[in-house]
Amino acid sequence: MKQGRIVLNQQARRVTALADGKLLLDNGNPLADTPQWLAPASGTVYGVALNHRSLLEQLEADFQQPPYQKAPATPVLFIKPRNTHAGHGSTIALPTQAGKVFAGGALGVVIGKVASKVAVEQALEVVAGYTVANEISLEETSFYRPAVKAKCRDGFCPMGPWLVDAAAIDPLKVEIRSYLNGELAETNHSRDWLRSVPQLIAALSQFMTLQPGDVIIPATPLRQLEIRPGDTVAVEIDGIGRLENHLIAEESAQ
Amino acid sequence: MKHARIRLPGEAEIHAVLVNDDHSVQLADGRRFAEEAVEWLPPAEGTVFALGLNYADHAAELAFKAPTEPLVFLKSPATLTGHRQVSVRPDNITYMHYECELVVIIGKTAKNVSREQAMDYVAGFSVCNDYAVRDYLENYYRPNLRVKNRDTLTPIGPWWVDRDDVANPASLTLRTWVNGELRQQGNTSDMVFDIPYLIEYLSSFMTLSPGDMIATGTPEGLADVLPGDEVIVEVEGVGRLVNHIVSEAQYADRQAQTV
Repeated sequence: MKQGRIVLNQQARRVTALADGKLLLDNGNPLADTPQWLAPASGTVYGVALNHRSLLEQLEADFQQPPYQKAPATPVLFIKPRNTHAGHGSTIALPTQAGKVFAGGALGVVIGKVASKVAVEQALEVVAGYTVANEISLEETSFYRPAVKAKCRDGFCPMGPWLVDAAAIDPLKVEIRSYLNGELAETNHSRDWLRSVPQLIAALSQFMTLQPGDVIIPATPLRQLEIRPGDTVAVEIDGIGRLENHLIAEESAQ
Repeated sequence: MKHARIRLPGEAEIHAVLVNDDHSVQLADGRRFAEEAVEWLPPAEGTVFALGLNYADHAAELAFKAPTEPLVFLKSPATLTGHRQVSVRPDNITYMHYECELVVIIGKTAKNVSREQAMDYVAGFSVCNDYAVRDYLENYYRPNLRVKNRDTLTPIGPWWVDRDDVANPASLTLRTWVNGELRQQGNTSDMVFDIPYLIEYLSSFMTLSPGDMIATGTPEGLADVLPGDEVIVEVEGVGRLVNHIVSEAQYADRQAQTV
C-alpha cells in the first residue's frame, strides 16, 4: 500500500493511492486536486555519513592523515531536524553565497515499531516501509566537525511522496536514480553501501530507541550532483516513487 | 514564572504546568502535586542543539583549541529525559562525564536574526546535563551519536523560567555536585560564543522555531560518574536538575517493573 501525507485546509491528512493512481483521503473521500505534499513521516531523521563505498574510497588517503589517523569504525551519524523536512513538489531555497550545493538521492527507511537493541536478523521487522529522500547538503570538506551548517538548512531533506509498505521492497536491492532537469544524472545502488539497512537498524537501536515515524537515510553517494537555483531535481526508486523538487535562490525566497 | 511538562503516575497524558516556589506543580484545572509526586519530562519539544567546546577552559581541558566557529551538533528526542529520572552508564566503559549547561528556549520563529535582536526570540532558560561517554569518541570524528545521543543521557529541566525572570544570562554560575560534593563550577560569562551570537549564527542558515533548545556548552571540571551516583547540575537563578546514574542491568529491571 502507498500512503502519503498532505496539507488540506491547513491540516495534515493521510492519503492512500489506489491501483489506478487516484487518491483517497483518510475519511474515504476521493481527492481530485493536486495535493500539497508533506514528508510521509514526521519523526527524527537519522542520516548515516560515510556509508557509501565511493565516498569512503575517495577519502581513504585523507583518513590516514591527521586529525583522523584512521577511518571510522562505527557509523558516523547525523540528524536532519524538523526545519529540513519537506514534501514532494515543495520549492527549496538554496544559498548562493555559501558554496556549492549537492543533491543526495537516498532511500528513506521509515520505522514502524519502538525499537531498542534489535538484532540484525529481526531488524526488518521494525520497518513500516520505505520512502524516497533527497539528503541535500553543502559541500563537505571535513568529517572532523558536525555538518549542521551544511545539512540543516530549511527544506534540505525533502521526502516522499509515498510511504510504501515494507513487504513491497527489498532494501538490499534498491537502485536510486537522481535526475537533474529531467536527465538521469546519478545512480546509487544499495550494494555499494558498507552497512546494510538491517545492520544499521541494529547498530542504531543498540544505543538509542527508535520510534515509529523515525527515518533512517542509510547512505548518500559521493557528492557530485551539483544543484542550482532554477533546476528541478528528482529522485526515483522503483516500487516507491519519484520525489521531485524545484530549486530557487534563497534571496528570491525572502 | 516556571513552566514544566509532567505526567501523573500511571497516566499517559502530558500536562503543561506552572511550578510553584516550593516546586509543587499546578495543573490547568487547579490541581496541585508535590515535586516528588509527578514524572518530570523535558520542558519543551523541538530541535535540540548542543554546543561543543564553548567554554575556553573546557576546550583547554580536552586539549583543544577553542573553535573559531560554533561547534554545533544535534540531539534527538531519544536521548532526552527529565528531572529526577535515571541515566544509564553503559557497562564496560572507563569514562562517562556530566556537563552542566544553560539551555536557551526559543519562543518565536527566528530566521536571519541579528545579535542585537536575538534576545527578543528567547522564551526562557532551562538546565541540562549533557552526559558524554568518552570511550565511544572515535578520534576526531564528529561528536557522534553513540557518544552524545544515547537513551537517557540528556536530562533537561526541571522547568524553564521566563526570560525576563533572569536578569543577566551572561553572568550565571553553573555548578555540578556528585553525591553532594561540588565537582564543577563555572560562569556563563566565559562562553566563547554568547547567546545572541549563537542565535544570530544558527538563524543565519536555518529557521529556529518555538520550543527549539540550545544547550550552550559546559565549563571545565569534568569527572567520571558511576552507577549509584546522584548528580545535580544547577544554573544560578534557573534551576537545579537532579539525576541518578544506574547500570544497564538496573535500568532493565526498572523498565521491567514499569511494564
